[in-house]
Amino acid sequence: MIEEVIKDYGKDGSTVINYQTKIDGVWHSVPLDPANRHYAEILKQVKEGTLTIKEAE
Amino acid sequence: MSKAAELANLIGNINAGGGGVNRNVIINGAMTVAQRATSATGLGTSDGYNTIDRMRLNLDSANAGRFTMSQSTDAPTGFANSLKFECTTADTSIAAGERLELEQRIEGRNMQSFAKGTSSAKPFAVSFYVKGNASATYSCELFDGDNLRQVQKLFNVTTDWTRIELSFPADTTGVLDNDSANSFLIIFHLHGGSTYTSGTLDSTWATFNNANRAVGISSFFDSTDRTFFITGLQLEVGQNPTEFEHEPFERTLAKCQRYYEILSAVASTNSLTGPVAVGQDIAGRKAIGPYFYKTEKRAAPTIANVSIGIDAGDTTHSFVFSTGTRSTSGSSTTSTDIGEADGLEGDFNIVVDGEL
Repeated sequence: MIEEVIKDYGKDGSTVINYQTKIDGVWHSVPLDPANRHYAEILKQVKEGTLTIKEAE
Repeated sequence: MSKAAELANLIGNINAGGGGVNRNVIINGAMTVAQRATSATGLGTSDGYNTIDRMRLNLDSANAGRFTMSQSTDAPTGFANSLKFECTTADTSIAAGERLELEQRIEGRNMQSFAKGTSSAKPFAVSFYVKGNASATYSCELFDGDNLRQVQKLFNVTTDWTRIELSFPADTTGVLDNDSANSFLIIFHLHGGSTYTSGTLDSTWATFNNANRAVGISSFFDSTDRTFFITGLQLEVGQNPTEFEHEPFERTLAKCQRYYEILSAVASTNSLTGPVAVGQDIAGRKAIGPYFYKTEKRAAPTIANVSIGIDAGDTTHSFVFSTGTRSTSGSSTTSTDIGEADGLEGDFNIVVDGEL
């Protein structure tokens, strides 16, 4: 279950390179690849309004 | 199955465009590979992969029943393992949306030999071995995820290992994408509410309709005595199922690693630190890797972040990963030890998940 998603920026500080994602209590790096099932699920939940992607602190 | 019958089936399937080696499009059908774990308890509401590789659970979040899923050594002659479900919390008041489905998702590029959606479409032959604590009836479904089409057949479970053979018709409607995405599923319906049981079973390929998918099945959650075992799962081109196509363990493992693998970085025994190269990026964060997968992934995978010390006595740092289909590299989330070229302190695993 996806619990939390935070943007991870690259060295330029402005390009999001992946989503840091808490899945079943464990943090993961999720690539921005539509073929990745976790990324696809994030997009689905955002579209449904049940998940918000947070900015990095 | 007699040798004569086996030969007749094989010849029939060759005539239908199948047969021969590499005929089974199911991966890990003998349930031998379990990279994640050999047992998981308290399952019932969360979809996903828990134990045996490639075997996915599809569950409803409102399910009241709970079960344990494991890799068992109880298996029919010629097999070492099976997948086992044990009901631990019964559910006899079934809400409409409840379901328990065991499935394998198949890349479209591995399904092209069925010529689905063309005038030359081939029939589907499914076979597997099942057993339970008592008699039960469940549904086996083939599902075209690209075109949302479906067909099902019921099968019976007894207290003895039983080989099930199911023949499904060809489908001249709905071409499967030739790519690495989830195109086709084989699904076993073991429990379902009225959402999935109120219609009529589809004996021929039909448009997606939830109500038809699990009509006439028993409920796996009807008693805490309930068990379900399955192994020897095979899906092949042809009119008649043939004997299970066994393969070397390392071949099955490599197939599974296209979707999931664990890279184990083992520390050197003659130094204080791990053998893994560590560099430093321009932001002062430590970079580690690249780590090359044993098997190329079907898509950029998800990587579980790791926490590990850099250099002996250093504090633990968290690493996040950038991923490709062939390798991944990590970067510490904090700046540390600028100017040094250190090793990592101790063993660690990188969990790579590119599942469908």
